[in-house]
Amino acid sequence: MVAVRYQTAFKLYPYHQVPAQSQAPMRHPVVMVGGGPIGLTLALDLGLKGTPVLVLDDHEGAGLGSKAICFAKRTLDIAHRLGAAQPMVDKGVVWNVGRVFHADREVYEFNLLPEDGHRYPAFINLQQPYFERDLVEAIEKARTNGAPIEIRGANQVTAITPQDGFTTLEVDTPDGPYRIEADYLIACDGARSPLREMMGLTFDGRVFEDNFLIADVHMKADFPTERWFWFDPPFEGAGQSALLHKQPDDIWRIDFQLGWDIDRKAELDPERIRARVDAMLSSQTGTVPDYELEWTSIYTFQCRRMKSFRHGNVIFAGDSAHQVSPFGARGANSGVQDADNLGWKLDLVLKGLADDSLLDSYATEREFGADENILNSTRATDFLTPKTQTSRLFRDAVLTLAERHTFARPLVNSGRLSVPCTYDGFPHFGLDALNGPAVTRPGAACVDAPVKDGFLLDDLGGTFTILALGCAAEVVSAQGIDAAVMEITNPSDALTRRYLGDAKQAVYLIRPDQHVVARWPGFDADAIASAIARAIGKDS
Amino acid sequence: MSVTLTPNIPDQDGFYDELLRAHEGLSKEQSDALNARLILVLCNHIGDREVIRAALAAAK
Repeated sequence: MVAVRYQTAFKLYPYHQVPAQSQAPMRHPVVMVGGGPIGLTLALDLGLKGTPVLVLDDHEGAGLGSKAICFAKRTLDIAHRLGAAQPMVDKGVVWNVGRVFHADREVYEFNLLPEDGHRYPAFINLQQPYFERDLVEAIEKARTNGAPIEIRGANQVTAITPQDGFTTLEVDTPDGPYRIEADYLIACDGARSPLREMMGLTFDGRVFEDNFLIADVHMKADFPTERWFWFDPPFEGAGQSALLHKQPDDIWRIDFQLGWDIDRKAELDPERIRARVDAMLSSQTGTVPDYELEWTSIYTFQCRRMKSFRHGNVIFAGDSAHQVSPFGARGANSGVQDADNLGWKLDLVLKGLADDSLLDSYATEREFGADENILNSTRATDFLTPKTQTSRLFRDAVLTLAERHTFARPLVNSGRLSVPCTYDGFPHFGLDALNGPAVTRPGAACVDAPVKDGFLLDDLGGTFTILALGCAAEVVSAQGIDAAVMEITNPSDALTRRYLGDAKQAVYLIRPDQHVVARWPGFDADAIASAIARAIGKDS
Repeated sequence: MSVTLTPNIPDQDGFYDELLRAHEGLSKEQSDALNARLILVLCNHIGDREVIRAALAAAK
């Protein structure tokens, strides 16, 4: 039997019996445990490269309820590379105006005017089940084109046994247990990762002693599409901070920070929640609009990560490996970046083009990314909930000054939106021989820019690419890898600003995950060949 | 010269973190004393009485 731990919003991969359940254990090159945003992204990436993947999930679709709601541009760029972004953007809510309140006063209003020259906005608000559904639809489409991806729903891993160079998995199903073997086992099984527990691995970090009440309300009222954030909200029982944020389908996310010593059961009483929501919604207009409570829950959070994301043939990605506070939308977004980083490396290792040690660079690069996210999310949390009298004094001083003086506004921190980290100084990247714009230096994720008939990122990634701007380049083959060439003779203004700076021409080597390996002022086949070797860990 | 009241500190979050860290482990009295010393150091750095006067007005 497979226990049902939660309701599903969509049934995406219903259980059906497969012949493997009554056969001798089959060996799979990659098995992902967990069909959430991370497992699905990784499965799609590997499958599109022709590497067979099996995803096991103990449920049959996307979990119902409030999970990730904010997907950042980098995530959309990755989903775009995998052919899954358009329905997400079509469905998602784009907002620009935010208001910050301190008690009963509006501190300031901001307008995140989008920077031009990008296909996608800085972020969209979208409920996680839609994100998962769109990935599964892209997987279905890829499968019809021959991508070797299989998802088995209601398949719960109950035990794992490390073997010499592979792992045996005990899998329970509605028709009873069976066994499979995996060369590489990827744990994308969430914050409470059963695989991590089975391996007895620790998870160090900081627990924040705070409870947050989520109320997703359905409201048709003509309410502005803005993000409202209160420090010390003036309405009764609202706690230390409150947030109002719009999602698709006329759903509004409301968050109340309740503090540590609360009676969870009493706080979840719908009447009590409605009283709070009434007070918040009427605080600006004086009237309570019609609404229904769609979903309520209370959550706590931790900022922590595993010491190492790789344990032999078992690799951790997403929430199973690292957790942050929700402020700044760095949970699902950073997990998708994990998948992006791991996909091409696993693919090269399984195709025999790179050594297994390349996977160590997944761990070191993404551990660094997790540290950056934890730092940002911890700082936001410390601003929201000052821990000492003095930190509260400074926090309130910032809010007071921000009303009158713009200098204090960037100090107001209710979460810094997720942006990808730059792998400065990491060994698999090369030198900046161009000395070009900082935003595209080696280690950075390529930023988008308009090109002749679309956007730069449309044709970038998936494989190693040589991007030649204002000059010619040729295909370079090294270590069994052919780096394709993308030549742009007349770069657009945005492309020039982001990739050339003052230079007239430039040549970039770009990894399959769209991170810049190295860049030069001109084409040099030997330099590119050695940068490819370096990027896949074969330069020594 | 007037006092700068537009954003002027690079890596704002890093600065704020450093400021709070300087107070870590201090009692309220010790923190208040640190703040007072910090203000005096910064005023001396500014030097210009007019700027300091404008800063006092902006903070009031």
